[in-house]
Amino acid sequence: MFDDAPLLPWVPRLRRYAHALAGSREDADDLVQDTLERAWARAALWRGVVDMRAWLFGIMHNLHVDRLRKGRLATVPIDARTPEEAVAPAQDERLAVRDLQAALDRLPADQREVLLLVALEDMSYADIARTLGIPIGTVMSRLSRGRERLRGLLAEGATAPAGQSGPGAGPRFKVVK
Amino acid sequence: MNRPPVPPSPPPVDPAVAPTDVELHGYVDEQLTPERRREVEAWLAHRPAEAERVEAWRAQKRELRALFDPVLDEPVPPALARAARRPARGMLGALVAGIAIAVASGSAGWLLRGSMTPVDRVAAGGEARPDPVDAAAPARPADVDFAERAAVAHAVYTPEVRRPVEVDAAHEDQLVAWLSKRMGAQMKAPHLQAQGYELEGGRLLPGEHGPVAQFMYRDEAGHRLTLYVSNEIAGRGAAASGASAGTQGTGFRFLRADKVNVFYWVDGPFGYAISAEADRGTLARVSDAVYRQMEAP
Repeated sequence: MFDDAPLLPWVPRLRRYAHALAGSREDADDLVQDTLERAWARAALWRGVVDMRAWLFGIMHNLHVDRLRKGRLATVPIDARTPEEAVAPAQDERLAVRDLQAALDRLPADQREVLLLVALEDMSYADIARTLGIPIGTVMSRLSRGRERLRGLLAEGATAPAGQSGPGAGPRFKVVK
Repeated sequence: MNRPPVPPSPPPVDPAVAPTDVELHGYVDEQLTPERRREVEAWLAHRPAEAERVEAWRAQKRELRALFDPVLDEPVPPALARAARRPARGMLGALVAGIAIAVASGSAGWLLRGSMTPVDRVAAGGEARPDPVDAAAPARPADVDFAERAAVAHAVYTPEVRRPVEVDAAHEDQLVAWLSKRMGAQMKAPHLQAQGYELEGGRLLPGEHGPVAQFMYRDEAGHRLTLYVSNEIAGRGAAASGASAGTQGTGFRFLRADKVNVFYWVDGPFGYAISAEADRGTLARVSDAVYRQMEAP
């Protein structure tokens, strides 16, 4: 069925992950396109690939890290120790942002990746380790720190003066000063 | 279940039963055994603070899915649908040009018994046969020379029992520093334990115009695998093969020299070749690991 386009069934999931990782839709689709092109360039490896998903998402991970290093994305990778004020949107701008998206963007990139692979892909920790090329202990510590940090950021958002809404009320908006 | 009723807080806790932080995440992500899951569930029933934390993690997952799952239902943008398709014959032709030329120009396996047999494996499921149009190209690409030199170096040094390497893995830092200095570029020795290979060490070898680095690995059975790294292939090799127009390197390529299989590729200024008397699946896995580690920051 996908003889001619064996990568096509992966595109929606690669896009979902890319959209959660990258700053904009354009960046996300660029990232998916680059991933597909690189996967084709490395097609000689397919027969040796045990887990195609880990392989494809691993390619995307590498490309994403490259871009972060080159500063091509608007997202700012921050260290867990970075004070939050330092990465908050500019003080003089009033930006309406989605709580969760904004909180996610404020996570260090490495924590965000692990969190998203767990949440969106339901990946096992071992598969995540393989995808990102890191030890499983590192997966766990990033997951743990990422979840706690996200919880803190969301709690902070929930107590912000604007944008209070009931739980599970769909997308929530708030004003970040 | 026969679990006895537990008194209200603070409940007695069997320390052996208290879940670790890792297990709490495993609980949320349904990665515990059913038995352990039940135990953690029972433990959480009397730990409101922990239960709240766990519930918050669950809610994060739900909300992330709610936020990004709609992307799954969007139609695939045409550009991405195109990129998901097998590249057009012309592009593939360019990718395999190097291999095809090597076949057309005969082999140079003078040092090894049998001939070097470059094989096109660029296309998944593609035939291991060169495109006759590309075979008419005039020059022998530098990256095939490079891969052959790697195969020769592998054949020469891997039988060594006493001095397979100049600097052994116990001095990996020195090895890497030395090779980096001589190569004029930062080297690193990839870690291939996950693929079943331990680093033995490395040596410096003469390449066509300058030094090349050879890292040697061995598996549990003592079979050796070498990684051959050159930074002199830049421009010349990639450009000559026509494979890198507009890109930073070639796809993965494969070459067989007698019993030695070689997987090689050009990436930026570097050429990498992995040689072993192992099947292609093994080499592909190792190549993938090396490639990732070289790309990693």
